[in-house]
Amino acid sequence: MEEAPRPQNPLPSAGEGGGLLGRGIRAAGLAPGADLAGFRAAARRLIAAGVSPDDIVWQTEAASLFAAAPIPADGSPLHLPRAVADLIPMVVPHRDPERYGLLYALIWRVSRGERALMEVASDPLVHRLHRMRKAIGRDLHKMHAFLRFRRTPGEGPERFVAWFEPDHHILEAAAPFFVDRFRALNWSILTPEGSAHWDGALRFGPPGRREDVPEGDRFEAGWRDYYESTFNPARLNLDAMRAEMPRKYWRNMPETAAIPALVRAAGARARAMIEREPTMPAKRDPVRAVARMAQDEPETLEALNAIIARSEPPVPGATQAVLGEGPVGARIAFVGEQPGDQEDRQGRPFVGPAGQLLSRALEEAGIDRREAYLTNAVKHFKFSLRGRRRIHEKPTAGEVSHDRWWLERELGFVGPKLVVALGATAVLALTGRQIPITRARGPADFHKAFEGFVTVHPSYLLRLPDEARDVAYRAFVDDLRRARAMAA
Amino acid sequence: MDETLARKLRILADAAKYDASCASSGAPRRKAGADGLGSTTGAGICHAYTPDGRCVSLLKILLTNYCLFDCAYCVNRRSSNVARARFSVEEVVTLTVEFYKRNYIEGLFLSSGIIRSPDYTMETLTRVARKLRREHGFRGYIHLKSIPAASPWLIEEAGLYADRLSVNLELPTEASLIRLAPEKDGAAIEEAMGQIGERIVQAREERRRFSPAGQSTQVIVGADATTDEAMIRKSALLYGTYGLKRVYYSAFSPIPDASAALPPQAPPLRREHRLYQADWLIRYYEFSPDDVAGAAEGGMLALDIDPKLAWALKNRHRFPVDVNRADREMLLRVPGLGARAVDAIVKARRHGRLRLDDVARLTSGLKRARPFLIAEDFRPTTLTDRLDLRAKLAEPAEQLSLF
Repeated sequence: MEEAPRPQNPLPSAGEGGGLLGRGIRAAGLAPGADLAGFRAAARRLIAAGVSPDDIVWQTEAASLFAAAPIPADGSPLHLPRAVADLIPMVVPHRDPERYGLLYALIWRVSRGERALMEVASDPLVHRLHRMRKAIGRDLHKMHAFLRFRRTPGEGPERFVAWFEPDHHILEAAAPFFVDRFRALNWSILTPEGSAHWDGALRFGPPGRREDVPEGDRFEAGWRDYYESTFNPARLNLDAMRAEMPRKYWRNMPETAAIPALVRAAGARARAMIEREPTMPAKRDPVRAVARMAQDEPETLEALNAIIARSEPPVPGATQAVLGEGPVGARIAFVGEQPGDQEDRQGRPFVGPAGQLLSRALEEAGIDRREAYLTNAVKHFKFSLRGRRRIHEKPTAGEVSHDRWWLERELGFVGPKLVVALGATAVLALTGRQIPITRARGPADFHKAFEGFVTVHPSYLLRLPDEARDVAYRAFVDDLRRARAMAA
Repeated sequence: MDETLARKLRILADAAKYDASCASSGAPRRKAGADGLGSTTGAGICHAYTPDGRCVSLLKILLTNYCLFDCAYCVNRRSSNVARARFSVEEVVTLTVEFYKRNYIEGLFLSSGIIRSPDYTMETLTRVARKLRREHGFRGYIHLKSIPAASPWLIEEAGLYADRLSVNLELPTEASLIRLAPEKDGAAIEEAMGQIGERIVQAREERRRFSPAGQSTQVIVGADATTDEAMIRKSALLYGTYGLKRVYYSAFSPIPDASAALPPQAPPLRREHRLYQADWLIRYYEFSPDDVAGAAEGGMLALDIDPKLAWALKNRHRFPVDVNRADREMLLRVPGLGARAVDAIVKARRHGRLRLDDVARLTSGLKRARPFLIAEDFRPTTLTDRLDLRAKLAEPAEQLSLF
């Protein structure tokens, strides 16, 4: 069996007696409640000693017959199939006194050769243990669902207390859920069998009383209001409610006090809704408001840019959104990948090393940068830190999708004759498809209102070794010349 | 809680209660940070049940029930005379956090009437979610209603904070939308679904957060003349095209201030139930929309028997099925055998031939399954051929009476 971390059980395990209750009958005494550690130790010893399930009496009340001494774990760990190891902690909390005997019978059979026994769900023993596991699962689920905290009154740090009555010995098994969920709060859960307390560390203590829970809570009445309001009287279905929320839980749930009145009034409320004549609307038809509503889209590039400027970057870190630059009505527009370190600092596109290279190439190709429109597929800088340097990171397809709506409308406002996609990210943003640049280079159909042209991104030129760079740079300038001719 | 806030809560919870799509399942498992609040378990938790048998899992409210739309079936349409209210962003955040701390809820389900404009409304919904996540370290469940006519970049941002986004179709045909919901635009609804669906897939591939619990929608049953078959085919299309997690069916329910366009009547709850069962067969039992259509009469599912049994009765020649030999797909077609029972049968029969009482331990539906199966020690004599089989297995067909 896997060694699970031992729960902080305040109760010592009772010893296992060698007392004879009859010829060869052994008695195993375990602590009250869910004594997983005690059962594990006892099962190891008994299996090691080859004691058959029929020869053991499991006693769960600390029996006076035996001296209470912790059992040394001197049986060697049992190697059980995962399905069995997982089942044991889910059955041990069951209140059925036969639980340990049934589990031991399962371990016995499995360790005597029936390795796949857990797969035979139709076997009566497996079937019964499955049902017990289900009962524990349900009990845990209901405790997670139906437990209600109340805040203790007074100033100072918030503290919450709940009273709950589970069917089985599940307090320890149920506590981690509340730790995961309410880690930042201080809370106590009181049950008739024991209590759990959290203030940054989990402690288990003696049983509590219902009276220990503070009276009233500022939000309880509001919660009851909510519960009443969210009920639809035209769909009354008490059986479904009771099946999922049995009556035994009601006394500890503040909202259930509303049920009788809701049920009594439901019929009349539903009938009244059905019989009431449709009323004439008291309000005028707000024609202008409805008409205005339809014109929600930004109507100018400035309006769109204002939206982009106040947007959240899809990945946190950027200083600011970098907007496109250039005149509305430009005949040619260039779409890059995303702002880099320099662009992010200055808030302008193509001002870093690649931008400077682009400026030079534009000039050689006879394109006036001030008359073209320059923008990026993605509007925010993305980077990883290396020491103090911000290293540019390529945007993912998801980030390109996230921003593509803006690019679409931006180009719509600018209205260029030709759009030049600089690199694969720009092509992806404009077409929604990943196409290698080597294949797509040259005039391209983006299925848009403008003509398209594909070339490399200038940053690609910066990464090439010197001699290759010159050749590639000249090809890039040639591309820009062709683009200029197309846009003329 | 002061009385003003309590009054708003009553109005805006009442206004939101007709939306059925309120599960808290499907989110990735999360735990609270050291000074944060909230967790998600994946399965979702129902914290209470109201006397209509419905689960109370999320705080289901509208930001406001003022609305510029005039959808005939909706209690909040602009021509309705219901009491109106509007929460501030801060008020919704407070209610969510305080209810959550008391273990009343799994999180927030936030929708809204359309005020000023779709974009303004969507931005405000997103502000609530952002505040919860950013300022309160809230890791509980958040479901945001997407306003289909809102700009796509707003839906992009909403997906960063929400566990689930949903766009409600409400009416399954374009003709009904035009007649009953004049401001709604069927194409815009499906565009929004398409955008959300595509981004969910992409985010999953990139291990990013974007509506990780998927998207859902709701269709109203009984407000127009759409048949069950048409509903199921539409749903199958939505599941296939946009990868929806759930299509919710909501029996059209009488509302306090009804429109003259729709005759008020008791909600067709039994029909809603049968649609859910048919939907279930498609999602978990390998049924096709054609199978479901084949089980229906004139496009409508039987009310007195469930669609699986209806299919079995119409395909008697495929039965009885041998539990020790039949493949999984055919076992799934046996009335009374659930998907889990079928898995257990397939596992258990590797280790020995199953007798009838073995099967009885694997399913709680043996009574219904008996006429349709063969076990090691059992054959239904001529049970499958009996003409009164349907009568033996049927439930009363009339609508459950309310009164």
